[in-house]
Amino acid sequence: MLKSVRNSGDARTRGRASRRARRVLALPFAALVLSGCTVPGFGASPGDTTSSQSTFHLWQGFSIGAVIVGGLTLALMLWSIVMHRQKGDAIPKQTQYNVPLEIIYTVIPILIVIGLFAATLVVENKVVANPKTDVIVNVNAFQWGWEFLYPGHNAVVYGQTTQSPVMVIPANENVHVNLTSTDVIHGFYVHAFNFSRYALPGVTNQFTFRATNTGTFFGQCTQLCGLYHSYMYFRVKVVSPADYQKWLATFNTPKGEAAAKAAAASLQQQLSTGVPTLPANTKFGR
Amino acid sequence: MTDVLAPTPTQHHDDHHGDEHHGPTGIVKWLTTTDHKIIGLSYTVTSVLMLVIGGFFAEIIRLQLSSPNGSLVSLAQYNELFTMHGSVMIYLFVGPFAFGALANIIVPIQIGAPDMAFPRLNALSYWLYLTGSITMLSGFFTSGGAANFGWVGYAPLSNSLNTPGAGADLWIGGLLLTGFSAIFTGVNLTATIFYLRAPGMTMFRMPIFTWNLLVTGILILLAFPVLTAGLIMLYCDRHFGTHIFSNTGGGVPVLWQHIFWFWGHPEVYILALPMFGMVTEVIAVFSKKPVFGYKGMIFATLTIAALSLGVWAHHMFTTGVVLLPFFSIMSLLIAVPTGIKMFNWIGTMWRGQIWFSTAMLMSLGFLFTFLIGGLTGIYLASPPLDFFTHDTYFVVAHFHSVVMALVLGAMAGLFYWGPKITGYILDERLGKAQFWFLFLGSQVFTFPQYLLGLYGMSRRMAVYPEQPQWQHLNELSTLGALMIGVSTILFVINIGYSWKKYPAGDNPWDAQTLEWFTTSPPPHHNFYRLPQIRSERPTWDYNHPEHRSLEHGTDHVVGAETEAHA
Amino acid sequence: MKVEAKMLLFLGLFFGAMCAVYWNWSLENAGGVMMFAGMLLCFLPGSYYYWWSRRMKERPEDNPNATQAEGAGVIDTFPGSSIFPFVLGMGAFFTVLALVFGVWLLVPGLALAGWAFLGGIGEGRRGGTH
Ligand code: HEM
Ligand SMILES: [Cu+2]
Ligand SMILES: [Cu+2]
Repeated sequence: MLKSVRNSGDARTRGRASRRARRVLALPFAALVLSGCTVPGFGASPGDTTSSQSTFHLWQGFSIGAVIVGGLTLALMLWSIVMHRQKGDAIPKQTQYNVPLEIIYTVIPILIVIGLFAATLVVENKVVANPKTDVIVNVNAFQWGWEFLYPGHNAVVYGQTTQSPVMVIPANENVHVNLTSTDVIHGFYVHAFNFSRYALPGVTNQFTFRATNTGTFFGQCTQLCGLYHSYMYFRVKVVSPADYQKWLATFNTPKGEAAAKAAAASLQQQLSTGVPTLPANTKFGR
Repeated sequence: MTDVLAPTPTQHHDDHHGDEHHGPTGIVKWLTTTDHKIIGLSYTVTSVLMLVIGGFFAEIIRLQLSSPNGSLVSLAQYNELFTMHGSVMIYLFVGPFAFGALANIIVPIQIGAPDMAFPRLNALSYWLYLTGSITMLSGFFTSGGAANFGWVGYAPLSNSLNTPGAGADLWIGGLLLTGFSAIFTGVNLTATIFYLRAPGMTMFRMPIFTWNLLVTGILILLAFPVLTAGLIMLYCDRHFGTHIFSNTGGGVPVLWQHIFWFWGHPEVYILALPMFGMVTEVIAVFSKKPVFGYKGMIFATLTIAALSLGVWAHHMFTTGVVLLPFFSIMSLLIAVPTGIKMFNWIGTMWRGQIWFSTAMLMSLGFLFTFLIGGLTGIYLASPPLDFFTHDTYFVVAHFHSVVMALVLGAMAGLFYWGPKITGYILDERLGKAQFWFLFLGSQVFTFPQYLLGLYGMSRRMAVYPEQPQWQHLNELSTLGALMIGVSTILFVINIGYSWKKYPAGDNPWDAQTLEWFTTSPPPHHNFYRLPQIRSERPTWDYNHPEHRSLEHGTDHVVGAETEAHA
Repeated sequence: MKVEAKMLLFLGLFFGAMCAVYWNWSLENAGGVMMFAGMLLCFLPGSYYYWWSRRMKERPEDNPNATQAEGAGVIDTFPGSSIFPFVLGMGAFFTVLALVFGVWLLVPGLALAGWAFLGGIGEGRRGGTH
């Protein structure tokens, strides 16, 4: 399916153009970001990674636009519903065209769309960027659970359904995830990160994030993957970098190595039977 | 076969030929008919029945979800239910209703044609639709149950390893049949509109409803063959050992998504454009005004059609393997023509004399609900925001705002054209009660879901974590679903209650387009006589010759120049 | 006929342009192929209509000043009723069921379809029922 990448030169010119665009757009956007705390969240929350905060601000920007445009449209609608109710049998003036007006309500939406697209590009580039990083986690989704591998370390975490395997990562460091699936398509979704990505069989999806707060966050498979899809939970535990190192070290003892081996073995067994062995339990919060 | 003579001009309307049809009656008539009005009526009844069936599944889904650990249905049954709910609603209700039901009846009459261009093909479309529906639904009666991989059938979940059993194959088979049915209808609509218009009915005098169905027909021809091809590939993967969609044999699972959505997004407009058309007609008639910006409306429709082929992967942003900026800008751009339509609808009502009949109320409900669905769609066109909300209840809420708007539009069409088709008007009080339940129910049903999505509840879950924030929102959403259920029951009651009660006459709404010029119901081959066609509102021009459409701020009659050389 | 032709040609051109942009920008082929096919699907009837629209005399339905009298005469021949669409539909039904429940269902499926084809053609040649 993939064509070879053919034009690196192209990418460079595009980079220059979009840098200029970014500078122009930076101003209103920066204003929005600065005022982020006073602008309402419109149901969303800033989340706990740098990208989730950018996404949240984009959400706020879109919401402000939606409220203004939607409010205006609704007001016009209500105005004509209330003011132009039938009063008698007179036939109203049969106006059919008003070309200047029609041009206005074509051009203004185009401008709005260009603005929204530019803001989207800025945030998108941040969210999909993959800067160099030391912390790498290989995430493996399967029916119905998750496995987290830490290349270069002994650490392995494995769990089915409501065992809610925990992915441990350090705060304030870029964490790079290599996401894939061993069977059908799954969705890696962490609500606190305002982010999701498919785990596709045969494809390794890569993304990087930087958690800003420590804590344990609820994660879940969002793409229908069969019978126990509803139970395919996991958690992300963000700890301080020092605690992270400590946690990695626990796997270097013989006991830790045995645990890692056991995890790998149970994945194999799981893959061969395909039936989760655990009773379901959904009683936990975030 | 009969040679159909053109209807005589209005001047000689007394001496029309006795063009009555003396064919078979009863069930034989139903089985052998090629009359577009009877076929359209069969489509209407069948698709509304599908709405009831799909709605019944939806109520079970919502009852299951009204508490976190609902035990009404099992996990397996839940997967079947939402799959068949989505499939019945999209493939068997909205689609066939949009382009097979009212369109089949009204489009030929609106352009002054005696029938569809290919009447026997039209009948075949219906039989394929009916047998396709039976095929898909019969999955419930097989030992493995109905299809359970979601209405989108993503590979590799839909392959024979992960979903063995006849239910899945019946789903594919049903879709093959309804797919061909849709393609034939697309051919028929396009040919009818291109070749069977009455004298003077130029392209830019066709009512918006007909225009929208022309564009729908073209989109069907562009999109449905892709789906049919994809389904055949899926079937080969399941039974003939190919590996087109499974990576284990060197195939590409994401290819299924590309194929499916290359059909799937145009399909959204195949469903929506006909309802847009219905609402446009209703708003113009009940505001007693011409469609505001008629030509702009047509260009907006064509722009939507043009763009709709280039946005499919906005359903695949989170796959990580699609070109984000391209699909993002194309999807955002499609909001522009949609916005133009919205403003044209408001412009049509502006300074009108609005008569709040049930059809008009349904259309106003459509405007509001579609506005919400459209605005939330703009968020989803932005990849970062889609990463945030994809496969959560936010998306479920977004598309239900859209489809509930389409249901409101469909109801507007039924209340508006029902009298033309049957000769009788539906009861307005019951209709208004139905409207309020349907309209308010739709909002009560979707608004909590938007919040649930933002709070992180993902879709297609039979059970969900106990979180205090989620609980009440889910209960509220279920309440909304029950209100929608009540509205459907009221509709069925209304049909029984108003049965042959209020005769309609030819033109009960003082409407504008050609179908209101003939009798209700229209005779075989539709017209005894035709008026002179000098605008897109021939019936109005005939009844109100002194009130032609005007350019803004002048007394200049639209299109008067062309008539001057007559 | 000119408006119809131009509409299809314009759509085809747009799909072609979109396809060119996408093909060069994206790393994925399926979408480009499908858009290209979409373009062809518009050009095929569009160019045919265009070709004809320049050769035929204006039809009354394309003439804004046409009177109803100009359209007088036979519009076309329409079948009054026919059982064959139903028969063909049943044939397709059984054929699809053969995909699920076994090849033997192809026998009634193809038999019905064949009967419908022959019958439908014969009906057309005879002038059909009613
Ligand atoms: C009575 C009104 C309706 C109710 C209460 C309702 C309820 C629901 C619910 C709760 C879901 C989510 C299931 C889940 O994700 O677990 C759903 C999914 C869906 N609904 Fe509806 N719905 C209604 C009407 C409609 C209509 C009119 C349409 C289309 C015309 C429609 C199309 C769909 C589709 C396509 C899905 C996605 C199915 C899937 O995930 O595979 N619904 N519906
Ligand atoms: Cu899942
Ligand atoms: Cu789409």
